[in-house]
Amino acid sequence: MSEKFDCIVVGAGPAGISAATSLAQAGLSCVVLERGEYPGAKNVQGAVLYTRMLAEVLPDFWKDPEAALERPIAEQRVCIATEDSWVQVGYKSQRFTKPPPNCYTIIRVRFDQWYAKKAQEAGAELYCGVMVRDLIRKNGRILGIVTSEGDELSASCVIACDGVNSILAQKAGLRSELRAQEVAMGVKEILALDAAKIEDRFNLEKGEGATIEIFGAVTQGMMGYAFLYTNQETLSLGVGCKLSELQKRRVKPYELLESVKQHPFVRRLVSGSKTLEYSGHLIPEGGFRSIPPLYTDGFLVAGDAAQLVNPAFREGSNLAMTSGKLAAETVIEAKKKGDFSASALSSYKRKLQACYVWKDLYEMRNLESSVEKSPGFLEFYPRLACDLAHLRFSVDGQPKREHFKEALRLVRRRGFFRLARDLWAVRKAAL
Amino acid sequence: MATPIEEKLGLLTYKKPPQSHISIVDPSVCLERCPEKPCTAICPANVYEWNETRKAIAVSYENCIECGGCRMICPFYNIDCEWPGGGAGVQYKYG
Ligand SMILES: Cc1cc2nc3c(=O)[nH]c(=O)nc-3n(C[C@H](O)[C@H](O)[C@H](O)COP(=O)(O)OP(=O)(O)OC[C@H]3O[C@@H](n4cnc5c(N)ncnc54)[C@H](O)[C@@H]3O)c2cc1C
Repeated sequence: MSEKFDCIVVGAGPAGISAATSLAQAGLSCVVLERGEYPGAKNVQGAVLYTRMLAEVLPDFWKDPEAALERPIAEQRVCIATEDSWVQVGYKSQRFTKPPPNCYTIIRVRFDQWYAKKAQEAGAELYCGVMVRDLIRKNGRILGIVTSEGDELSASCVIACDGVNSILAQKAGLRSELRAQEVAMGVKEILALDAAKIEDRFNLEKGEGATIEIFGAVTQGMMGYAFLYTNQETLSLGVGCKLSELQKRRVKPYELLESVKQHPFVRRLVSGSKTLEYSGHLIPEGGFRSIPPLYTDGFLVAGDAAQLVNPAFREGSNLAMTSGKLAAETVIEAKKKGDFSASALSSYKRKLQACYVWKDLYEMRNLESSVEKSPGFLEFYPRLACDLAHLRFSVDGQPKREHFKEALRLVRRRGFFRLARDLWAVRKAAL
Repeated sequence: MATPIEEKLGLLTYKKPPQSHISIVDPSVCLERCPEKPCTAICPANVYEWNETRKAIAVSYENCIECGGCRMICPFYNIDCEWPGGGAGVQYKYG
């Protein structure tokens, strides 16, 4: 590793591999450095993978028989639960499973290894077990990296795709330490279950999959949600909550996950399964206002390292892929001009602003804080939904007019003003 | 029946780092200024435990699943958690 590269990419996650593949496809010399002993060793995701953004890097990837994909998703459900009741909304469509499907479930360790191989096939070099500790800098310009072993490697440009706790973005002076309000902690288990049982329990055609997000009692009112996704022969069950709320309530994440497993809605779906793995990871959830400056001389940041996650839509890996690819395109242009200065790299931000990444995060910029500021939001509405459904489906000898009056009384408990504000706050999460 | 955390962590494969990648910057802060000790409550791998005889936080760094949350959980930014060097630490099989 002695020659100088056009670009060093740090991190072999979706952002880094998308960047490296795009660079290599354009003929630039590029090396990916990954601290895990293999790609994916350190990575945790739900995991739902959106087809569109990956296809922009690897067209027709779903036709590759080796592609590490679990199930194309036919149905997506939302479950709103109290301790003993739940209301479900689901959407299932055969349009979602016609090639190319809208999204797949994946198992990150397998996916990351397959995806990294694609970057290598395109011509990128990959070194695993290499922890990047610092940046090489001269007159304010970033000229390369230093590994934990003290080895140095130089390049015209570095793209930091080192995930949520980006030490490189900090070393580059683009951001300070994250705060507990800006991240969520997700813990998860992989549960082994027969493919046929999965298809029966989730009412699926052979090979097809479903996703369920659960809101309400499962997070004990904390900002966050639980998720249950179907893989080929496993289920992914997890729960994520704002770190600041876990801190305030002193809730142990693994105990919260155990209580999710015992919830009557979840219990039946996972019963008889065997835990294969437990994992935990942070999710950047600071949103638009947490996005750091995205570039400096000889340096760009992409993916989780740049806080590009849209939690209301459980989108992160797709934003990582798009931002990795756009960072690479910026470097390709810089190479043509022979100019890797901050002003040459500033088109990266414009590229992000021109697409869904920036626009969506901007639209969602107030969502989480409005929900957080609305007292008991994730307790009141799940209870209301279940109580209203309970009235609607109860035959108890009361005239329907009484049910209607009771329903109005339940809604009024929130106060008209509060209700209107809450509805206004979440309107953008609807479509 | 809830599964205890030790059992969950027992499912994981680790490559032992040569030395701890986590250190408490100033142990007196934990003793004198931090009655809540959120690290002992929130860490998803139970790395932090209060040792009453030593009056200090005991760090089981070999259990760490590298979420990085402790860097933000500590109200005094008193936990120095770097990633373990080259290839060491947790090795997920599924993720
Ligand atoms: C529980 C959970 C559920 C999620 N569910 C979904 C979902 O369903 N759909 C979705 O789209 N997103 C989801 N996300 C978010 C998604 O996982 C991330 O947005 C995505 O992984 C970001 O990709 P990335 O490449 O930016 O970072 P990462 O995937 O974190 O990759 C960073 C890489 O950099 C490496 N690295 C870090 N530091 C260094 C260093 N100093 N030197 C060398 N290498 C380093 C790491 O080992 C890692 O391989 C979820 C996240 C969690 C935690």
